Amino acid sequence: MTVEHTRGDPSAACESPQPPRLAAPAHPLPNREVAPLVDVANGEVSREIFVDEAIFRQELTNLFPRAWLFVGHASQVPNPGDYFSSWMGSDPVLLTRDDQGEVYVLLNSCRHRGMKVSRYDEGNTMQFTCPYHAWSYSIDGSLVDVPGDLHGVPHMKSAYQGMLDKAKWGLVRAPRVHNYKGLVFATWDSEAPDFDEYVGEFHWWLDNLADAFDGTEAGTEVFHGVLKWRIKANWKFVSENFLGDTYHGASTHASVEAVGIGPGGRGKRRHGERQNQGGFSKGRMKTSFRLGHGASDNLDYELPYPEFAEPELTEYFDNAWNKRSEKLRAEGRPLGGRGPATMFPNMSFAGGFPRSILVAHPISATETEVWRWFLVDKDAPDFVRTWLREYYMRYGGPAGMTEQDDMENWDYATQASLGVVARRHAYNYQQGLGREQLSTLEGAVHSDHAIAGEVNARAFYRRWVEYVDNTPQDELRASAAVDDRIPKIQERQAADAAEEARS
Amino acid sequence: MTGTLSANEGQPQFVNETGLSRAELRDLLADVSDFLYREADLLDERRYTEWLDLLADDYRYTVPLRMNVPFQDVVAREETKALTEVCWFDEPKDTQVSRVMQLMTGVHWAEEPVSRVSHLVTNLRLKRVALPEVEVSSRFLVYRNRVSDETDIMVGRRTDILRQVGEDWQVVKRTLLLDQSVLMAKNLSIFI
Repeated sequence: MTVEHTRGDPSAACESPQPPRLAAPAHPLPNREVAPLVDVANGEVSREIFVDEAIFRQELTNLFPRAWLFVGHASQVPNPGDYFSSWMGSDPVLLTRDDQGEVYVLLNSCRHRGMKVSRYDEGNTMQFTCPYHAWSYSIDGSLVDVPGDLHGVPHMKSAYQGMLDKAKWGLVRAPRVHNYKGLVFATWDSEAPDFDEYVGEFHWWLDNLADAFDGTEAGTEVFHGVLKWRIKANWKFVSENFLGDTYHGASTHASVEAVGIGPGGRGKRRHGERQNQGGFSKGRMKTSFRLGHGASDNLDYELPYPEFAEPELTEYFDNAWNKRSEKLRAEGRPLGGRGPATMFPNMSFAGGFPRSILVAHPISATETEVWRWFLVDKDAPDFVRTWLREYYMRYGGPAGMTEQDDMENWDYATQASLGVVARRHAYNYQQGLGREQLSTLEGAVHSDHAIAGEVNARAFYRRWVEYVDNTPQDELRASAAVDDRIPKIQERQAADAAEEARS
Repeated sequence: MTGTLSANEGQPQFVNETGLSRAELRDLLADVSDFLYREADLLDERRYTEWLDLLADDYRYTVPLRMNVPFQDVVAREETKALTEVCWFDEPKDTQVSRVMQLMTGVHWAEEPVSRVSHLVTNLRLKRVALPEVEVSSRFLVYRNRVSDETDIMVGRRTDILRQVGEDWQVVKRTLLLDQSVLMAKNLSIFI
């Protein structure tokens, strides 16, 4: 699927051809260079990037408005006039659907005095009327050129002599919106690469998230209700946790694993791995993309769906697995790639058990608002919906027996890194350093071990530096076009082979 | 005035199906209140096994999400729906048992070191008397302090359905309306 705007020129309708005269420069110079704070070669990252407010402001300015961000799911706005309130970095936005069925992302702030035109979490309307002075913005393409444009201005004649240029004063619109199988992403940067280029071959993980359990393309929707909660942690702890850190599971989640809340019931693993099929991590490798994305597994790590305590669920998911296997084998696709994974910078997800999306919205250097959505197959029967919904709620979110313990770590790791002395000492990211493995995926490498996931974090922070130091988009594209980790692996392997030949 | 902001508009605030006298209702409320205060004490003393015994086998615990919705949607959509939509909690007794098991592992880091918790239950009144079951409305204030300066205050309305079992009561259904849309606590690792 491609960008869906077809009517009007999104770049022209609500913005003048020249940059606004009084606007801040689009990319102000960073006030602190962050590159020296991330030592990828030695696997060290300064704590400053997790606690410093100036660096946080640079992230808001240089990273979030220039990246593709997850805004919401298309199934949250199924009908014309539906809207869902979301955030993109520092800014509140509205995900809307117009009368032609197309989705838009609008800045939720009146162009007159900035009032939030909608304080609702969701709803249905064909226009947003600002409560302050009643400027109204239509999302009905029949009234305005492009949904989000200014439609009604009280006292247009007496206050503005009819001269106000309504076409220039519509809600600020994200110039680039992409609906990927129901997952709606947007970016503020018209110079950003296309979505497909931004995600690269990481899209296989997005596919496994968005496709149904039986492989039906885009066959998913979200359960109604988004969990939203505040944590006193830097947002990057959240991204990093799902990016490839399965290392934390044994310690952090010892208590939930001891209880057993997964498909198999008490005493069985919480993700439903089948122990009789070679253990839960045999053959598993992390996958790290030069683009910054990372996954906790690899596509060839094919983990069948779980065995459930309830036979009818086992039968249902066995059928789904078989159907998906047949379809993907025919396409020459491996069956793995369920995550957990993080799409740079702040969308995390898992495409299996559970199947869920998380966004870590940045509030301050030390505070984050976490949102979690849960996905289900559109055609799932009630008994499957019921089981999944209850499993998701006891697993994830603030009440989830797994996620509760994550927040304890993220919060107190952040708090204990605020000290003057603590800040002088870097975090360690040396897992599997110099032991990365080649991948058949473009712009990606693997870890050499199922657990050693910090290869993913090193690539994530390398990409983070490039964005936060405000590298122009063309240079960002160029730096990601060639994965310079690959020749290093090849050199190492050649040296190892030569060494072996000598001995 | 037109429109309504409550699904309960026009409904009686109290229904006495059993036909108890005023004196009997006073005794019943005192009895039920004492039960709910004892239950709160068991929780705050972390006597979880004894507390679980106060929950009926068909117990259902529901804490829906609260949403900001337009005036005309308040009645239908202000809260997410039990049984079909995402809630903070919507689960049977068995899951509550799992939560107790987790609390008793000693490695449940969200509650290690243990939090200091006080459950305040107030505004108690009978909503419906249909013995052996009664429906009780109350307000809750759950205070949690943990480690040093981490403090959460969760406030809202609670509706309990209690069932007489011998000389005592059991909780059959508990529904909490927490007065937050974005949870300001980092987690819900305690029973609210």
